[in-house]
Amino acid sequence: MTTTEDRPATEIGNPRRRKEDARLITGRTRWTDNIVLPGMQHIAMVRSPFAHARITSIDTEAARASTGVVAVITGADIADEQGALPNAWAVVSDQQAPVHPSMAVDHVAFAGEIVAMVVARTAAEANDAAELVDVDYEELAPALELRAAARDEVIAHPDLGTNVSAVWAYDSAESGTGGDVEAAIAAARDGGIVIEREFRQQRLIPAFMEPRAIVVDPTTEQMTVWSSTQVPHFVKIFIALVLGIPEHKIRVIAPDVGGGFGGKLQFTPEEVLTVIAARRTGKPCKYCETRSESFMAAHHGRDQWQQVTLAANADGTVTGLKVELTADMGAYLGLVTSAIPLLGAFMYNGIYKFPSYHLGITNVFTNKTWTDAYRGAGRPEATYAIERVMDELAVRVGVDPLEIRERNWIKHEEFPFSTVSGLQYDSGNYEAATAKARDLFRYDDLRKEQAERRESGDPVQLGIGISTYTEMCGLAPSRWLGSMGYVGGGWEHAAVRMLPTGKVEVVTGTSPHGQGHETAWSQLVADRLGVAFEDVEVLHGDTQVAVRGLDTYGSRSLAVGGMAVLAAADKVIEKAKPIAAQLLEANADDLEFSAGRYGVRGTDAGLTLAELAFAVFQGHKLDGSAEGCLDADATLDPDDFSFPHGTHLCAVEVDTETGLSTIRSYVSVDDVGVVVNPLIVEGQVHGGLAQGIAQALYEEAVHDDSGTLISGSFDQYLLPGAPDLPRFETARTETPATTNQLGVKGVGEAGTIASTPAVVNAIVDALRPLGVTDVTMPCTPYRVWKAIQEGEQS
Amino acid sequence: MIPAPFEYFAPATIDEALGLLREHSDAKVLAGGQSLMPALRLRLAAPDTIVDLGKIDELRGVRDDGDVLVIGAMTPHSVVQASPAVNEHARLISLATATVGDPQIRHRGTFGGSLAHADPAADLPAVAVALDASFVIAGTQGRRTVSAADFFQGVFSTALGEDELLVEVRVPKYTGWGAHYEKFNRVAQAWSIVSVAAAVRLDGDSIAEARVALGNMGSTPVRATAVEEALVGRPATADAVREAAARAADGTSPVTDLNGDADYRRHLATVLTRRAVLAAAGTA
Repeated sequence: MTTTEDRPATEIGNPRRRKEDARLITGRTRWTDNIVLPGMQHIAMVRSPFAHARITSIDTEAARASTGVVAVITGADIADEQGALPNAWAVVSDQQAPVHPSMAVDHVAFAGEIVAMVVARTAAEANDAAELVDVDYEELAPALELRAAARDEVIAHPDLGTNVSAVWAYDSAESGTGGDVEAAIAAARDGGIVIEREFRQQRLIPAFMEPRAIVVDPTTEQMTVWSSTQVPHFVKIFIALVLGIPEHKIRVIAPDVGGGFGGKLQFTPEEVLTVIAARRTGKPCKYCETRSESFMAAHHGRDQWQQVTLAANADGTVTGLKVELTADMGAYLGLVTSAIPLLGAFMYNGIYKFPSYHLGITNVFTNKTWTDAYRGAGRPEATYAIERVMDELAVRVGVDPLEIRERNWIKHEEFPFSTVSGLQYDSGNYEAATAKARDLFRYDDLRKEQAERRESGDPVQLGIGISTYTEMCGLAPSRWLGSMGYVGGGWEHAAVRMLPTGKVEVVTGTSPHGQGHETAWSQLVADRLGVAFEDVEVLHGDTQVAVRGLDTYGSRSLAVGGMAVLAAADKVIEKAKPIAAQLLEANADDLEFSAGRYGVRGTDAGLTLAELAFAVFQGHKLDGSAEGCLDADATLDPDDFSFPHGTHLCAVEVDTETGLSTIRSYVSVDDVGVVVNPLIVEGQVHGGLAQGIAQALYEEAVHDDSGTLISGSFDQYLLPGAPDLPRFETARTETPATTNQLGVKGVGEAGTIASTPAVVNAIVDALRPLGVTDVTMPCTPYRVWKAIQEGEQS
Repeated sequence: MIPAPFEYFAPATIDEALGLLREHSDAKVLAGGQSLMPALRLRLAAPDTIVDLGKIDELRGVRDDGDVLVIGAMTPHSVVQASPAVNEHARLISLATATVGDPQIRHRGTFGGSLAHADPAADLPAVAVALDASFVIAGTQGRRTVSAADFFQGVFSTALGEDELLVEVRVPKYTGWGAHYEKFNRVAQAWSIVSVAAAVRLDGDSIAEARVALGNMGSTPVRATAVEEALVGRPATADAVREAAARAADGTSPVTDLNGDADYRRHLATVLTRRAVLAAAGTA
């Protein structure tokens, strides 16, 4: 028999460098803006400078006369053609929402909304002409401040009559998953502890590296649409539904995509309008947004107010949590805008086992860019709230914040555990992750140093921040999505094709935009089929190739898509069996598959998958009793979510004279289950940490009183670079998930979810002796300094 | 975005450049482009004509001219930063230049380009004011020299006429002085919220001379003369410097923006001035 000694022990667990890196890093690849087609025209958008206005007239004459202009199109021109952009998730049956046109016809509801487009021979000519489109507006009062908007003080869409889109609630007593939170709070007010806090989840801008770009070729039999998107399969269906183009006449390709972070989980006005322009002119059209447009008009994230009430016994045992959430939808409902708060609804209880919970959500319209998915989508907000108040609880009880967490978390022997928000956590070991993090961080030494600095009145104070998080990954069981009001499913699809020369093509319905699926899926298949890593090619993102799929978001790709790949590979192995039996003249029951080869037990006889693939290709020796094809498709719908968890510890030095916070050390111990490629996991953790730290310290979309985005460039909207971040010390524990066959969980969002509260907890911890009990994010030096001034006065 | 159309010239000599500026009334000078190019691409600026100074060799380089160093206006930051003469005689410039943008920006951006742009939050204007640098301006009528204090007139506004060029900056030698540039910002690659440029000469343990200027504390760099006067003759100790630095914000009117209000900036000015002077004294 062949032995496996020539191969690496297993591909799973091998920290391979990514196949896709060379082309992605050099940029010599198929970014949408690199696509050039014969006769291609270029589009420039004209966008409203006003947050809320009526369009009184549009004069396109000068633009039409400008050099190279092919067409100038206004909302009125396409009012009957453009349809309405979809919202795929009505969170309540009476959800209120304005019609969402791709191009405004007579009313604009946010600054950056498209009011006209110019199609020209070159991008420069399109830009020049766009400046000549003369739009007259009648300004209307904008609804800007979220809580005022929730009170309907100014209405964002006068036709709607209210800004409230939906009111949704989860209550553990009503749902039978726990007790009555009001009773718990009332009891705690009498001899226990009640902590009431209000937290601001500021508005963030996804700021992916590659701005959105679209190319549409209407001259092919299937209209071809290239888009820098996370969701090519969604785009195909929605082009059909919104524009009435038969679905089988559309091909969508997401070529290499330079980041998304949820910001490209959308069906966009720009996609619709580029299709319309191409269809009207009969020629290929390209639209590539500028960074300024991306800031203004690509959907934003977060933007919530959280009113949190935590009830506990005097010993710090939590008895209940009540959260009232006000969420800014912005001007319209995008694909899943309405559901982002809902996706956090089941995470406010975190890793804890308290007995009562209530969450109320109010979704509110304002005259700002609409919000939607952004890395973590609901879970970072929830994790922030619970981890911030757990620190406050520790202070009230007078114990170490790690101790208060341990008193309340689910013990590892208590899994599987049904939570107060109605989920079943399959597995976890919070003790192990915390112990490891504590060690790596040198927790006790830092606490000692902190005490010394406090004692000496050092102008630079040290704070230690803790975040013990869990989250839900593997979006999602279709039944669950259906029960929550989402119109789509959560399955994933894959195909594995054995080529005649023994090479393997894997087709995945997930759509990577930086995640490294080509590498990781190759590793999965190499192990399962017993072929070399180099012999596997992973194909994705083209609806002619990856015919079925639901794309990439919600840390679902490995836990759902990867498992579909394995299911397809298993089918290949199964399909090969009767063929091997026939060719080997053996009984199928005597065959054993190992290391890529079917062998006859107890003999040297056998055939590799490559040999079987060639035999199938020839077909000469097949007797027709089995299908002469090894290729297989598989669709997989997950049984449940997976629940990564971990403990993050962050040490921050706060310069009390200037307010500047500097992260001195950061330890993350994540339990993401079985790891396919440790290097990719490491990269996801590093990037996730940077993004979560950025919410804590740097990023905020700020509007002026008229609704103009002030932080409309990287000058004002700060992203941290390598010099601004500490060396991350990362480690893992490995508690396999029981909800999928490999035991994987998901890691795409974990770092972002965990790190934000760790940083803010550290800053508040540093300043507590100075009377500071909270700092609003982002914790800029100015805000921290002011908090110190106010703390000293109180 | 794509800039609006413009006519482009790349003259080889100063005279040729001056001629172009005289001929074209709506011209902008391209001197590295680290501020102008973004402005053009955002169409915040849309001049008819661009005069690119990149090919004028006589505008580039650092030379020693007796008591002064002469830095050509088109000398890239990276060259200034690496110059042993600048490091020896005007160390403050080396230190501040090292904080300009990132390595790519420092290879493209130029010393004179940054000064002539006169962004209140930029690094070099405060340094030039602190060091009493002289700005040599060429026009069709000949050359004139303007002190740093007179060169900066407002936000993005200088003593340069429309058909004039900044050709070189003459910096008195501060050989043996200690220097420090204290830049306060939220991320490494951002404009300063407040910055302080300080140079001191020690005589034994006490401060014999001091030069201190503040960046982004008003529309032009502010020379902290009250601080300088208070420092002279005092020991370079934490207490003495703290006392002097407390006057750093006297008479300033800084802006309020997302990074802080005027009070915060005035507070920062005193803290950063103390740190800058102490650090400068430590290297003297």
